[in-house]
Amino acid sequence: MAIAGLMAAALAVVFLRAGSPRLGAADWAAVRFSASQAAASALASVLLAVPVARALARRRFAGRGLLIAAMGAPFLLPVVVAVLGLLAIFGRAGLVNAGLAALGLPQIGIYGFHGVVLAHVFLNMPLAVRMILHGWQGVPAERVRLAQSLGLGPWGVFRHIEWPMLRGVVPGALLAVFLICLTSFAVVLILGGGPRATTVELAIWQAVRFDFDLSRAAMLASVQFLLCGAAVLLAARWTAPGVLGGGLDRALSLPAPGGWRRVADVVAIGAAGVFLAWPVAMIGVWGLGGLTSLPQAVWAGAATSIALSLVVALLTGLAVVALASAAARAGVLARLAEAAGMLPMAASSLVLGIGLFLMLHPVMAPSRLALPVTALVNTLMALPFALRLVLPAWREAEATQGRLADSLGLTGLGRLRLAILPRVRRPLGMAVGLAAALAMGDLGVITLFASDQGGTLPLQVWRLMGAYRTDQAEAAALLLTVLSFAVFILFDLWGRCGTEA
Amino acid sequence: MGLRLDHLVLTQGSFRLEADWQVPAGARVAVIGPSGAGKSTLLAAISGFLPPVAGRILWDGHDLAKLEPGARPLSILFQDGNLFPHLTVAQNLGLGLSPGLRLTEAQKARVGAVLAEVGLGDKAARKPAALSGGEQSRVALARALLRARPMLLLDEPFAALGPALKAQMLDLVDRIAGQTGATVLMVTHDPEDARRLCPLTVVVADGVAAPPAPTGALLDDPPPLLRAYLRG
Repeated sequence: MAIAGLMAAALAVVFLRAGSPRLGAADWAAVRFSASQAAASALASVLLAVPVARALARRRFAGRGLLIAAMGAPFLLPVVVAVLGLLAIFGRAGLVNAGLAALGLPQIGIYGFHGVVLAHVFLNMPLAVRMILHGWQGVPAERVRLAQSLGLGPWGVFRHIEWPMLRGVVPGALLAVFLICLTSFAVVLILGGGPRATTVELAIWQAVRFDFDLSRAAMLASVQFLLCGAAVLLAARWTAPGVLGGGLDRALSLPAPGGWRRVADVVAIGAAGVFLAWPVAMIGVWGLGGLTSLPQAVWAGAATSIALSLVVALLTGLAVVALASAAARAGVLARLAEAAGMLPMAASSLVLGIGLFLMLHPVMAPSRLALPVTALVNTLMALPFALRLVLPAWREAEATQGRLADSLGLTGLGRLRLAILPRVRRPLGMAVGLAAALAMGDLGVITLFASDQGGTLPLQVWRLMGAYRTDQAEAAALLLTVLSFAVFILFDLWGRCGTEA
Repeated sequence: MGLRLDHLVLTQGSFRLEADWQVPAGARVAVIGPSGAGKSTLLAAISGFLPPVAGRILWDGHDLAKLEPGARPLSILFQDGNLFPHLTVAQNLGLGLSPGLRLTEAQKARVGAVLAEVGLGDKAARKPAALSGGEQSRVALARALLRARPMLLLDEPFAALGPALKAQMLDLVDRIAGQTGATVLMVTHDPEDARRLCPLTVVVADGVAAPPAPTGALLDDPPPLLRAYLRG
């Protein structure tokens, strides 16, 4: 309930402080850019994901399981690291431009609309692949057998099996990517900017940091909230399949045609693998050398980030347990609790951030509370994911164990500890790990609050990039990547080592 | 005194069941009747999982309406799911003594003694999944023995066991109920179970749970409703 209250307060302050309800030309440009880059990113991600998902669905090869698991990794990869990796390849001094220069060809630029879309595709195509692959694996084996017994060729299989499946799955994938990109901040902060490439999210930040025009920031935040709310409502009509869940290794006897289709599948998987692995590999290889010569501020930032991520993990764990225990019951209160947990979907990190900023600003300097606010916002933003992971298991535990627990008089904490938590430990570990990793890599609301010194590790990476100290930035990015995955794996392992009956 | 159902009316959707009778403390009562007649519904109401729409359920003259299932003077064994799969046998038993599983040394010793008594002394550290069906039933019964509540409700917990195992379990119920002096209410499909363990039988059919009647006479000369059920 505190969550709902906090959210409502933050949003109310935003709406109250929103100045003139009229949007200037620059604001409209930001709205248009937000929507158009998100639409382009979603289209490109999903269009590219379809052949990859199809190839993964019908081919069997060594390392396939690993590759599918790795498709979940960009979700945990800090955005600033991904962008840095892409810059190392496509940036001004990157590999591609070096090659072009050697051949005497004109340079390509990564900044602006297409750079933003490129980064979004890098970050979200794997998500789309997993969603669509899920659809492919959901095709009933009987249907496939029927198609084979009727002698349908690849075209027939596509028309009668794959196309209907895609029509069900693709809209959900498009909307999911669109939503993520709509509120994208760090990517646009680095690769966008300027009047022609500013999202609403970035415009909020600029209004605060450059102009200190709080009422304009509040107005933009209101616009952003309405925009996201509309998109979320739209998305709610398509129930997205569980993207992070398991079930990816089910044997499915999809026909695997030979000939040029075989070649095409190999190309699809290979290209996707290279596109996704290359930038990360660049950071890994180039960053390794610089690890020893990192400035003190980076190590201090790392310590701050670790503490921040552990606090977020704790807060998320507590909040998700509280919400799920309320939401797993029946009745109005349960639906309220579930809605409260899902509400942050409609708000973006900076919308919440600006709300808290406005609440704090009259009382004290917001920069003094940069870290607590960042922890709070990160927890709120992680809650919808966490609740989605934990709630089904919780309901299952209540359904199968609840009556027995009642008959033995298990109530309160004892019930939680003995009857429920052991059954939800796995998804809980995963959810908390996700929250911790996302908090570790988040370059969002902290930029709104932080003073010029100190701050988190992603902030340090960004500052090093801004100062053109690329080597140090890459080394710090490597450190950040390792830390992000380490916290996730740590909590995930905690969940897995739970004694399974 | 014992258990008294005072003008009790239960409904679930369009289903309706009435009962108005009492049994003395220490009685052993079989509950038989066709599938879907409301045998489990009756036990669910007594154990507190289904609030009555009218009437009262009394134990020794006290209305049970305000009591949560775990606080009622009874232990219940369901058809399945009587053990927590993630807890060991000893922990599952320990729940019968302390819902928080904080056991004193004396309580731990009692858990061990009861386990030995049901012949599972060497399985304390196992998880339920590593036990056979019969062993799982014995653990659940052992917990009822530990809890030593005045009533023991059995909602066909042995339905999945073979005839020989089931007979063993009924003997164990007999022993446990004898030790604790518990009143037993046992749902069953098998008239032989009723003869074996329960001097009294309640017939549940046509929306009524009839007052308890002596089992032998009832089964030898069944009323029409029961005859239709028994003879198919």
